[in-house]
Amino acid sequence: MIELKNLSKIFPAADGELHALTDVSITIADGAVYGIVGMSGAGKSTLVRCINLLERPTSGQVVIDGADLCAMSQKQLIAQRRSISMIFQQFNLLMQRTCLKNICFPMEIAKVKRADAEKRARELLDLVGLPDKADAYPAQLSGGQKQRVAIARALACDPKILLCDEATSALDPKTTRDILRLIRDINQRLGITVVVITHEMAVVEEICTHVAILDHGRVMETGTVEQVFSNPQTEAGRRLVYPDGVRIEQLPAANVVRIAFNGGSSYEPLIASLAIDCGVKVNILGADTRNVNGQAFGTMLLGLPEDPAEAAKAAAYIKNQPDVTMEEVRDYHA
Amino acid sequence: MLEFFSDPKVVKQLTHLMESIPFAVWETFYSTAAAALCACLIGLPLGVILVTGAQDGIHPLPRTLMQGLNVVVNLLRSVPFLILMVMVMPLSRIILGTTIGTPGILVPLTVAAAPFVARLVESSLREMDRGLVEAAQAMGCTTFQIVWKVMLPESLPSLLSAFTTAFVTILGYGAMAGAIGGGGLGAMAMMEGWTQRQWVVMYGAVIVLVILVQIFQSIGSRLSVRVDRRVTNQRGARKTRKRQPQPDGGSFDPPGAE
Repeated sequence: MIELKNLSKIFPAADGELHALTDVSITIADGAVYGIVGMSGAGKSTLVRCINLLERPTSGQVVIDGADLCAMSQKQLIAQRRSISMIFQQFNLLMQRTCLKNICFPMEIAKVKRADAEKRARELLDLVGLPDKADAYPAQLSGGQKQRVAIARALACDPKILLCDEATSALDPKTTRDILRLIRDINQRLGITVVVITHEMAVVEEICTHVAILDHGRVMETGTVEQVFSNPQTEAGRRLVYPDGVRIEQLPAANVVRIAFNGGSSYEPLIASLAIDCGVKVNILGADTRNVNGQAFGTMLLGLPEDPAEAAKAAAYIKNQPDVTMEEVRDYHA
Repeated sequence: MLEFFSDPKVVKQLTHLMESIPFAVWETFYSTAAAALCACLIGLPLGVILVTGAQDGIHPLPRTLMQGLNVVVNLLRSVPFLILMVMVMPLSRIILGTTIGTPGILVPLTVAAAPFVARLVESSLREMDRGLVEAAQAMGCTTFQIVWKVMLPESLPSLLSAFTTAFVTILGYGAMAGAIGGGGLGAMAMMEGWTQRQWVVMYGAVIVLVILVQIFQSIGSRLSVRVDRRVTNQRGARKTRKRQPQPDGGSFDPPGAE
C-alpha cells in the first residue's frame, strides 16, 4: 500500500517560491491501477517522483507498506527503489545497449548472475511481445516498441509498484491502446500496483480503477473512476471529464442540468417517460457516453423549461430515477 | 623541377630528412600518446567530477570545492604552453628526474592537456539526456554505477571525439618540445629546418605532421561513429542490422557498402 501523507513540495523560483504540491494525501491500495490526472503544470510529475523520492518532498510522508521512505538512509532508499519501477514518456532506454542488455540492466545493478538475467530478459521480451528484438538497439525500434522494452525492463526485478509517467503521451492512439492493455494485463496477471500519471482522461478510462484529480498542486477529488466520471464534484474534475464543454451563456437554455447514468441503463426512455409522465419537455443540449472499465456511462446536458414550476417538476422526477444522478451546471465554466 | 632536386644542398637536406624522419615520427608519436594517456587518466575523472559534483549534479559536492576546481582548471588552461613548460620544470624533475629532452616534455604536456580533457569530458557528459540518469536513479543505481554504467557508456561516441580532439591538440603542443630540447617532428622543423634555414627539412617535417594529424583524426572520427548506436544509418548500427534483418529498413544500403 502506498500512503502519501500531507505531501508538499516547494521549489525555489526566480520570484520567490513555487508551490508544486500542497498538502497532497492519497492512499493507493495494493493491486490498484491508480490514475493521477491533471492539466500540464498541475504537479503530476513532481508527485510521482515523490513516490520513489527522486524528488524529496519539502514536508509530508511517503509510506510504502508501512515504511517511511523519507526517513530512510540512502542505502535503504536504493534498496527500496528496486521494488518501485518507473516508465517514462521518453522511454529513457540506454541507447548504447541492445534491448536484451537494457532489460538486463536493473538486474545487473541488483547483482543477478548474468546467465540468469539474460534468461529472465528473454522471458520478459516474450511477455511484452518482442521476442525477436533481443539484439536490436533502441534506435532501431518504433516508439511503441521502445515503451514495451522499457516495460520489460521495469518488470525485470519483480517490482511491487510500477510508476508510469505519461507513458503513452508520445505514442499514437492505437499504440497507446496497445501499451495500456499491456499495462492492465501486467497489473492483472502479476498483481503489481500501477500508478498512472497522465493528462488524458482517455487513459484513465481505459485502465484505471481509481483516480485522483490534481489541480495546481492540490488533490481536488479522489475516488473510483466510476464515481469521479459519473459525477465529478469539483470544477477541476468537470474540466477534465468534460473538456469540450461550452460556456453556460452559450447554451440556449437558462436552466441547465447534467444527468449521469451510472452504468447500464439506456437514457432514451428517461426523456420519453419524462415527457409522458410529467408532461414536461426538455431540451437535449449534449450527450456523451463513456466506456469505463467495460461499464457504459452516459451523460447528458439537459435544458429544463424556463417555467420554474415545470423545471422543479422535471428535476424532482429525474432525481427519483434509480441509477441516475443530476446536478445543476450553473457554475460550469464560470 | 629536376634541377631543384639535383641541387646538392637540396639532396643533402632530403637525405637528412629521410634518415631522421622515422625516429622523429616515433618520438612525436610516443610523447603524444603517453601524454594523451596521462591527460585522459587525470582529465576523465576530473571531467566526471565537474559534472556529477555540480550543484545540479547527481552527487553535489561542496560549492567552494567545485569553485576551486573550476578556477584551477581555467588557470591551467589560460597559461600559454611555452610558459607552462618552464613553470612545471620542477615538477618534471620530481616525477621523471629530468626537465629536458623528450621525456621532459611529458609532464608539461600532461599538465596542459588534462584540464583541457576535463572540459571536453564535461561537455560530452552534459550533452547526455538527463532522463537516462533519472531512470537509473529510479532503478536504485548508486552514483558510481550511474557514472560507470550509464554516463560513460552512453557518452562513448562523444567521448571518443573529444579524446581525438585532445590527441591532435597535444600533438600540436608537442611540436614546441624543441624549445626545451625535446625531439620529434615539431622540434625537427624548428631546430633543424627553421633555425638552420633548411627549408626542405622544415616543410618535410611539417608535411609529415599534417599527415599524422589527418590519420589520427580520421581514426578517431571513425571509431566514434562505429561505436554510436543512436542513429541507424551509420556504420556502427549497420552491422547489427545485417545480423538482424529488418523488413522495413536497411534495404537502402547497397550490398557491400561498408
